[in-house]
Amino acid sequence: MEILTVDFFQRALAGGILIGITAPLIGIFLVLRRLSMIGDTLAHVTIAGVALGFLINIYPIAIGLIFAIVASFAIEKLRKAYRGYAELSIAIIMSGGVALASLFFTLGMGYNTDVVSYLFGSIYTLDTTDLYVVGAVTVLVVVGIGLFFKEFFLLTFEEDAAAVSGLPVKWLNLLITVMTALVISTAIKIVGALLVSALITIPAACSLLIARSFKSSVVFSVVIAEIAVVLGLMVAGIWNLAPGATIVLLLIAMLILTLLGKRGFTA
Amino acid sequence: MSLESNQQAAFCHQNILDIEGVSFSYRDQKVITDLSFSAKERDFVGVIGSNGTGKTTLLKMIVGLLSPSQGSIRLFGQPIQKFKDWERIGYVPQKNAFNPLFPATVREVVLSGLYCNTKIFRRMNKSDHQKCADAMEVMRITDIADKRIGQLSGGQQQRVFLARALINHPDLLILDEPTVGIDVQTQADFFELIFHMHAHHHMTFLMVSHDIEMIEGYLGKEPRDRCGGIKFYVRHSHDQDCGISDLQHSLNTM
Repeated sequence: MEILTVDFFQRALAGGILIGITAPLIGIFLVLRRLSMIGDTLAHVTIAGVALGFLINIYPIAIGLIFAIVASFAIEKLRKAYRGYAELSIAIIMSGGVALASLFFTLGMGYNTDVVSYLFGSIYTLDTTDLYVVGAVTVLVVVGIGLFFKEFFLLTFEEDAAAVSGLPVKWLNLLITVMTALVISTAIKIVGALLVSALITIPAACSLLIARSFKSSVVFSVVIAEIAVVLGLMVAGIWNLAPGATIVLLLIAMLILTLLGKRGFTA
Repeated sequence: MSLESNQQAAFCHQNILDIEGVSFSYRDQKVITDLSFSAKERDFVGVIGSNGTGKTTLLKMIVGLLSPSQGSIRLFGQPIQKFKDWERIGYVPQKNAFNPLFPATVREVVLSGLYCNTKIFRRMNKSDHQKCADAMEVMRITDIADKRIGQLSGGQQQRVFLARALINHPDLLILDEPTVGIDVQTQADFFELIFHMHAHHHMTFLMVSHDIEMIEGYLGKEPRDRCGGIKFYVRHSHDQDCGISDLQHSLNTM
């Protein structure tokens, strides 16, 4: 139990709580726009950036972030070129990201252990700089979504109607794209690249089952993510389990419970 | 009689939509060639054409989603590139344009008709919510205001989208195949409703449809203009404006 009061654990908790706000917040928009897999893709591209960061000795998350932003622009471009096949653009960029990452991996064999920590997450190694970065991203995302909440709603519900209303669709899409890249590149340090899309998609998946209105679905997904993050970190800390994996498994357990509960309701 | 009413229209009403020599190509394939057409205030324009004639493309150009490769489009006398008064246009999309699992209530969808370029950074206030309530009342969807949009029948969804389009009291209402996938009785009710709105309200209508019978029944057998496979049927309304700006009485007369 005393782990809960230790420095590194408290930093982990703070970082987790922040990601627990941003990931589902951006996730609900991604899921509803049929871009669920974008989290996975950007995470892999970010890893390529992180690997390059280690290679040239620059703050890895920063390089990862740049990679993620470039990749998300590329996805947005491809999404337009293949209208109606959003997942195709994601698959293409994903393979590019994995290829780059493995290229950089093999270029610098020595640092592999560090990179592995980004693959599976290493929330216990969060330092103060990381916390500031995650905090800044949280503020940006919450403010961004708060300011344009109704516009994002219309954009997500029906992009054509948003355009006909004279909304700056291009800019709004761009903003979502950049925020997604920000969230993912900061989240991978916490849950790891392999698991980041869980924090983005599963809370949204749960809330789609129970929420009736859009507002409540946003609130539900943040609440679900926070429960999973806080509970998951506690459980992992006390029983010495892998924290990222524990969080994700908890999320999946909650999804199953929601599904069962929903069936109970409708039956 | 339609000729006479069109002549009368020529001097009593201004142009709402002007399309001049518009062409559109998609990957070297000409979809629309040299199309010219104009609509005046209080016209009801039915755009008919089979699949692939470019009527959806035309509609997308009119609402600014696509740019013509040649020619010009003017809305309310303004070139479309400079047009900013999107509040004046109501838009009813094709029924299957949204994801049925989308978590949004009827109220949220209707209210979204107010989100436009001039409302960015502004919170919805009491009068906005009142407008939403009025639009729902007119379309008789108040009792399902808190239902999820995907759970409704096709006819109910259609009323929701019409309520959303009407919330701003638009001068031009654009409908894109509004009756696709809806049963015959609901279709007939829907047409009756919008034909009534045309007869008694100060609005201009542009409707893309494949339902020739319905269109000919109201707009006459002969199209006024043609371009390629697209036919334009037009009827002008001169019936007295009932002067009630909210659409409330549509209810009472039906």
